[in-house]
Parts: sequence; C-alpha cells; structure tokens
Amino acid sequence: MLAPFLSVLFDGVAYGSLLFVISVGMSVTLGLMRFVNLAHGAFAMFGGYAAQVLVTRWGLSLFTALPVVLVGFTGIGALCERLLYRRVSRDRPLDQVLFTIGLAFIATALATWIWGPTPRRIALPDALTGQLHVLGVDLGVYRLFLIGMVVVITGSLYVLIERTRLGAQLRAAVDRPDAAAGLGIPVDRVFTMSFAIGTGMAAVGGALGVDVLGLDPQFPFRYMVYFLLVVVVGGAGSIVGSAVAAIALGVFDVVGKYYVPGAGAFLIYAAMVALLLIFPHGLIRRAR
Amino acid sequence: MTAPAPHTRASDAAAGLPGDSWRVRDTAMWLVPVAAYVAFPDHLVLGSQIVITALFALSLDIILGYAGIVSLGHAAYFGVGAYTAGLLAAHGWGEPLTGLVAAGAVAAAAGCATSFLVIRGGALTQLMITLGIGLLLFEAANRASHLTGGVDGLSDVHMWRVLGVFRFDLAGKVGYVYSLVVGLAAFLGVRRILCSPFGLSLRAIREGAVRMQALGAPVARRLVAAFSLAAALAGVAGGLLAQTTQFVALDVLSFPRSAAVLIMLVLGGAGRIYGAFIGAGLFMLMQDYLARRDVMYWQLWIGLLLVAVVLFGRGGVLGLAEALRDRLRRAG
Repeated sequence: MLAPFLSVLFDGVAYGSLLFVISVGMSVTLGLMRFVNLAHGAFAMFGGYAAQVLVTRWGLSLFTALPVVLVGFTGIGALCERLLYRRVSRDRPLDQVLFTIGLAFIATALATWIWGPTPRRIALPDALTGQLHVLGVDLGVYRLFLIGMVVVITGSLYVLIERTRLGAQLRAAVDRPDAAAGLGIPVDRVFTMSFAIGTGMAAVGGALGVDVLGLDPQFPFRYMVYFLLVVVVGGAGSIVGSAVAAIALGVFDVVGKYYVPGAGAFLIYAAMVALLLIFPHGLIRRAR
Repeated sequence: MTAPAPHTRASDAAAGLPGDSWRVRDTAMWLVPVAAYVAFPDHLVLGSQIVITALFALSLDIILGYAGIVSLGHAAYFGVGAYTAGLLAAHGWGEPLTGLVAAGAVAAAAGCATSFLVIRGGALTQLMITLGIGLLLFEAANRASHLTGGVDGLSDVHMWRVLGVFRFDLAGKVGYVYSLVVGLAAFLGVRRILCSPFGLSLRAIREGAVRMQALGAPVARRLVAAFSLAAALAGVAGGLLAQTTQFVALDVLSFPRSAAVLIMLVLGGAGRIYGAFIGAGLFMLMQDYLARRDVMYWQLWIGLLLVAVVLFGRGGVLGLAEALRDRLRRAG
C-alpha cells in the first residue's frame, strides 16, 4: 500500500526537479529583468536536440554532452539577449508575450524542419539505467540522478547568488537598478549574464529530460503552462520558491494522473488560478 | 474626408478614435465582404469564418485596445457562446437569432463572473489568470463529454431557417450573409459604445487608472462592464460559428485560438476599430494559403510576423498606414 505510493511520489519529485531546472532561468528573467520569456521552453527543446545529436551522432556519453550543452547554450543565451530580447521594452508585458510566442513558433518550425515532427529518444549511459531497491521501494537510478542534479544545481545557484560578486551585483541591480548603475555596477552586463546562465540551465534541463518529458517540436508549447506555473506560483525571481513550486507541481501532476486519472490537467489549472488569486506575488516572497 | 480643423483630425487619428458617423472609409471597408460574396462564391465558408473571427477580434479589441486589459484566454468566452448556441440547437431550439442572444447573454454572464478575478492585477497577472481560466474551461468541456461531445465535438446541431425563411445551405450563402449582417450590427453597436463617454473613460483608464480613480471614475466597475461587453461579443461570434457550421469542436476553447486572436488584433492594429477586421482577414487568408501547403511554413511565418510587429511595426498594419500617411502629409 505504502510502497507503490512512495514510488509514485518519487517519480513526481524527479519530474518536478526537471521542471525546476528548466524554469529557474525563466524565473530569474521574469523576477530580475521583468521579462516574460514564453520561448524559454524552446531553449530546453534545443538543448535536448543538441544532446541527442551529440550522443547519437558524435558518440559522446550523456555525461560529457551535458557540460558541452551547458557552455554552448550559455553562449547562445548571451547572444540572444544582446541581439533579440534587449530590443523589447521591459515595461510592456504584452509586447514581450507576443515577441516570445513568435520566437516559440519560429523555434517549433525550425525544429520540425531540421529534425522532423516525430519524437526523438536519447540513449542513457549504462550507469543510469536500472533500479535500486531501498526499503522495499523501487527507485529508478536515472530519476535518482535527476534529483541529485537538482540538488547540485540549486546549491551552486545559491552560492552564485549569495556568495559571489556577480550575485551581489545581480541582487543590487534587481532591487534598485538606477542606484546600482550609479555605483558603477554594469547592470546591462549583469542582466545578460543572468539570462545566459538561465538559458544554459534550461538547455541542460531539456537534455536531462528527454526520457521523462519527451522531445519533439511541440515541446515549447506543451510545457509553456507548466514553466509559467512554476515561475508564477514560486514567485518570480525566487529560487527557493521555484524549487518548492516545481516539486509540488511535479508531485501533484504525477500523483493526480495516477490516482485520479479522470481529472486530467483540470486539477493543475484550477490550482494555478486559485494560487494566483490567493498569492498574487508567489508563495515565497523575495525578502527585500 | 471633410473635416474640421486639421489638428483635431490628426490627433483623433493618432489616438485611433473612431468617428461615429458613417464615412467613405466605412463604405469602402464594408464593400470588401460584399464584393467577396460576388467574386468568390465558392469560398463563402471561409468567408463566414473570416467575418466571425473578425468579430471575435473586435471583442478582444474592446478590452485590449481600449480598456488596456491583456488576455491570453479570450477563447473562453467564444467557446461559451459556441456551446450555448450549439447546445440550444442540439436540444430542440434551433432558432438562430434567439440562439445568438442566448450565446451573448451566457458569455456576458461568464465574463462578468470572471472579470473580478482578471481586473485585480497588473498586466502579467492578467495574462496568467486569463490563461488559467481559458485552460480550465477547455479541460472542463473536455471532461464533460456527455454534454459537449468532448474531443469528438458536438455534432447534432440542427438549425432552423433564419427568420423562418432562409435555410442554411451547404455552399454557405445564407451563413455568410447572416454572419455579415450580424457582424455589421455588432460593429455599429460597438463603435457607438466606444465613442460614448463610457468608451472614452475606458481609454482614459488604459492611460492612467490611478488618475481616473482620483478623478472619481468607478474604475473597477467600468472595467467589469467592458470585460462583460467583450465577453458578450465573443460569445455572439462563437454562437455564429456554431450555427453556421452546425458543429462545435472542442478547439473553440483552445489556447491556440486565444493566441491567434491576439496575434490578429496586434497584426491589424489594436485600439483602432478596423484593426480587428484587417488583422483577421490577413491572418485567415494567409493561414488558408500557407497551411494548405505546409503547417510548418505557417508557423514560421506567423512567428516572423509577430517578431517583426513587436520590433518594427507598433500598431500593426493600420499603425504603419497612419505613420505613412502622417509622413506624406508632412512632406506635402
């Protein structure tokens, strides 16, 4: 009775961990730069395709492909911020929404053109396949790995934001952009770097998630609501909030699908509207 | 254009204020669908879809272009109207005009009930809440398949004759003329409302809600009224679609429909009364042409257009036309 439930719970936590890795960049962009990036899922999708090409065509292992994807997409993110996102005003959410929906459409068309409409799969390294039996509960090694990655990423992000010079500049730039600029902090460059890091993480999340989330050109639209949900419920700009929201959403979704299959996505959307109404600023408000 | 002092006319045009009087421009605009009826008798089904979509876009223009409420879930009210008209006809009341009134009324009630949730927050919260409401309704209709037919759609919609005389035909002639007449009536009504002090107060709220509040205007009540009006018109458009196609597909409530109508309005020019019509016409024709060749082309083009409109063409097609006209006038 308990063991199957723990198994489902574990799957939900792993799924939520993935959602967190992908959406935390979007949370940073929205909370810190006030930019709604609905095309964020496109970076995750391209990250997945890049990893797929690296693994299947170039014969790299997933472990080596991940750092390559991270570095590559951090660069691509910086480029996109400089060339595209910077041109759209921060004060007009509607423009941002239209612009990024446009980018998501283009990404979907490009992905269909290059990789075709059928879903792709990725070969997992042997070390990540199989099951562990812990106290009578079956735990997939791959899902354990996912959860471990999230702990590592959250820890690094925390250190990056709370303990490094860039993090201090970022926090300053967010709280008072004008004052920060006046003190000589290169606000624009700090924003570009945070956007780039968020992009790199989304790509890593996409690469990690091929087996759980699937990989096809509709990816950016299929998960758009989930990423938004994580960001909005967690509170834009709050890393801890995003993590809590993502894992809660993952558990809620998987457990809901398992035990109340009739309700479908209805529960998720109802929870989204209710949470938005009760906590317009997210569950965990950033302390200012 | 015969007009009073040039500066008032120019400022009116810049603000996108529609004159309430019928001008040459209006005749020209409405001659297009009439000419289309004569010129393309084989494409009247597409024609009525364009008219209906234009009405839907006009309803979004009331809240987005005039009142400044952003929405990613406007298809919710379109769908409510479509299902109202469709269910009425499926359960034995196939009279078209009363069906439309019912569609509008139910959608208005839905709009009024949800508007309190929508108007509270800033633009971002509005986007999220409307998106959530739209998705919720879609899932609800999907689950309630005994009522709505679910993914298979609601198919036993039997319409009576319009005014007891004109039977809906397969070529879509009656459907086209019916949609067009309803569309013209709705257009005139909406324009009248938007030119009234009420309509002006909506625009004032869009420009500065805090100041309007300070001036003593009941901001929240005005926004609720505007949102309900927009929902009613969206419901009428949805009802028209259900009646002319005698079918209601689940996708009347879908997120792509909400996104598409937003895209059309922005392409045509939000806050300009004909922006909805031009945007819907261009969008639907392009979609019909490009999607028939390959859906991928269509997505690529619509993406590029959106990016271009945001980066270069604020105000859409009509905004560009106005900018061009202003430049010519200054040069000449």
